[in-house]
Order: sequence, then structure tokens, then C-alpha cells
Amino acid sequence: MSYQGGTPGWLITRHTEAKELLTHKSFSARQEGIISPVPTELAYDGPADPGAFAKTDDPVHSKYRKLVTGFFTVRRTRQLAPMIERIVHEQLDDLEKAGPGADLVEVFAESVPSRVMCEMIGVPESERKSLQRHVETLGRLSSTVPEALAAVSGMSGFLTRFVPSRMDDPRDDILGDLIRGGQLTEQELMGMTATLITGAFDTTGNMLAMGVYALLEHPDQLAKLQEDPELMGAAVEELLRFLTISHLGASRWALEDVEFAGQTIKKGEVVTVALPAVNRDPERYENPDQLDIGRTDHGHLGLGHGVHQCLGQHLARTILRVGYEALFDRFPTLRLAVPSDEIQMREDFVHYGPSALPVTWDD
Amino acid sequence: MRITADREVCCAAGQCALIAPDLFDQSDEDGSVVLLDAQPDTGRLDVLREVVSRCPTGAIRLQEEPGA
Repeated sequence: MSYQGGTPGWLITRHTEAKELLTHKSFSARQEGIISPVPTELAYDGPADPGAFAKTDDPVHSKYRKLVTGFFTVRRTRQLAPMIERIVHEQLDDLEKAGPGADLVEVFAESVPSRVMCEMIGVPESERKSLQRHVETLGRLSSTVPEALAAVSGMSGFLTRFVPSRMDDPRDDILGDLIRGGQLTEQELMGMTATLITGAFDTTGNMLAMGVYALLEHPDQLAKLQEDPELMGAAVEELLRFLTISHLGASRWALEDVEFAGQTIKKGEVVTVALPAVNRDPERYENPDQLDIGRTDHGHLGLGHGVHQCLGQHLARTILRVGYEALFDRFPTLRLAVPSDEIQMREDFVHYGPSALPVTWDD
Repeated sequence: MRITADREVCCAAGQCALIAPDLFDQSDEDGSVVLLDAQPDTGRLDVLREVVSRCPTGAIRLQEEPGA
């Protein structure tokens, strides 16, 4: 297929080849070679900033990633449940105050994960909303170059105020730990902080909103979940598979000419794994287009695969589990306040989700 | 049946600790795999195959007994 500017590129839609590509040593995740499979004015064709490890290869990638992985283990992220519950309930208080017709995206879905990550790296609450706007602008493919540059400058303005102030006064949080470790320069600390913020905000926010939307559209599945809360873990996995909010990724480019899946991929050509297609591969899943929270096969690629598999995945799982549980527990009669076909989707974003989700409930 | 876990290859994605928390844990320091039981009961074969298939870096390997 033809990528932006007519560059030849490839699309993978099968599960087996997707896993193979994402662990293949001849394909790179480095920012300078990635071309978007869909048109956008935003092209980042230089190397990633120091510390922005998501867009690098090993050993650079693992050097940075290893410094924070200890904070994102299954056990550590589950221990954050009380903090997440507090934030979730505060946002649900706001939802209740806003009353029927309130937008669940604004009051709940995008607020919870951004507040959680801000707490984990010690970002003051007063900065959260503007950071959220910058992350949103950078994730919107239809943003113009001046809009993106303004967002980049807003982000770096924040980072150049925030990181040095914490270097003088490290707190008991992820950033404090990185500073005390003494292995990173100020630039690298800024890159790491930006990576954690951009990785956590929009992703989990869209999953929270899309998951609620999907459950409201599948009342049989929601009823099953409300009857048996033990199904929550499986429901979260199924929602991650079924919804796959990273709808334009993941992409890699060939470091050399390589034979792959019976094709010759030339050096520099980009291969995109169509994650939503892969997660509904009929060769891999029975009734792939059906949302079935009772499904026991949880080997989806909604969080990627290979060394770049989502660092914050267990944090996301905890936020989603706590979030869905508390929301439907407090608002058992929750439903859309407008007809379903009036819900606008964010199709021009790197991560897919509703732009607003007006909801109502019985008092 | 024997499991091996390569901490050098591990990227700390924690699939193993999520799927089989009685057999795998993650270090607090860098999240890398900690093998709790290298020779589990053969009744866990299906779970272990799932762990192997979901490990994103191939750090976990399973040697099944001949004929098992």
C-alpha cells in the first residue's frame, strides 16, 4: 500500500505475522524512520529526544526503560488501587454534581488516568489540564504544524520549569527516584517525564470511555458483569482486544532488505501492524467481532508485543478495573443521554475513542 | 517439565506474573522476571504454554518431558 507522500509501505492484519514483526531484529522503532500510514502534517523525522525511549531501539531503549519498569510491575500497580479508588470516587462525585447529561469523557475518563500519572511523577494538579491539552494536540493527526509546535513548546516550557525544580528537591515518586539514581541528565529526565505523561494520559482515557460506551451498547455483557464482578479481569482483557484504541499502530521500519512473510521488504520501508485487525483475526479468535467478556483467550495485542509492549499496561489494567467497577456500582442505571449514533468518535487521533459521552442515570 | 527465565532478555512486561502469579514474580528493582518454581506440576502445562506464547520477548522457555 501507499503511505503518505506515495512512499511504499506494508500493513499486517494477521496475528501470527504481527507477533513475528514486533520481535524481529531487522525492524526498528526509531522515530526517524517511521512514516504515518495515514495523512498528517505532523512528521517527526529526527531522532527521538534523549530519554524518549518509546521511539528508540535497544540498547538505548532498554537502558531507559529498565530505570522505571520496577514502578509498573503487576504487584506495584495493584498496590496503587487505594490511590486510584480515591481519584475515581472524586471524579464520580464531580459526575454526580454535574448531573444527568454530563460528559463522561471530560469528568471521568480523561481525568482519572491523567490525575493518577501526575500523582506518580509528582506533577502539581494545577498543571494537569494544560498538559492534557498538549498531549491531545500532539495526538491529533489533523493538528496543524503551528498547533503542534505550540503544544511542543507548552510541554517543554512545563518540563524546563518542573524537572530542574525537582532536581533541587526530589520527592518520593518516580521522578524523585530517577533523580536520586543519578544516572540521567536533566535533558534525559525531561524526556522520560514527557514519555510517561504522553504514554499514560490519552491511552487509558480513551480505553475508559470506549469501554463504558461498549458495555452500554452491549447490555447483556454489562448485566453479566454486574451479576458476577469476578468477571472484571476477563472483561478488561476482552475490552482491550475488542476495542484496540491504538488503531493506527504499531509501526516499524526495515533496517535492511528483509524477507518477511513471503515478501521482500526493502531497507527503509515501513510496516504497520493494524492492531485492531490483528485483534480480530478470525484465524486466531472464534467470533472475533463479538464482544464476549466470558472469553478465556486473552492473548491479544492491544498493548503491543516485543520489547516495546506497553510499559504501563498493569497500571492501565488497575485503572480500568477500578474505574469500571466504581462507575457501574455507583450508577447502576447509567445510560447514554443521547442516541448512540450521535456520539462523535475521535477518528483523527492516534488513539481512538468518543470525543464526548453524555450520560444519564436514575436518582 | 522445566522452565527457564532469561532476565537479560526480559523486558519486564509482566505477562508471566499476571497469568501465573504462583510460578512467576517480578523484581521490585527493575521488574524483571523472578522464577518461583522451575519444575511445576505437569497439570500446569496449559498455563505455561500460554505464558510462553504471551511473553513479548521470548524470555520464558519451557522444556516439556519427552512424550509429555
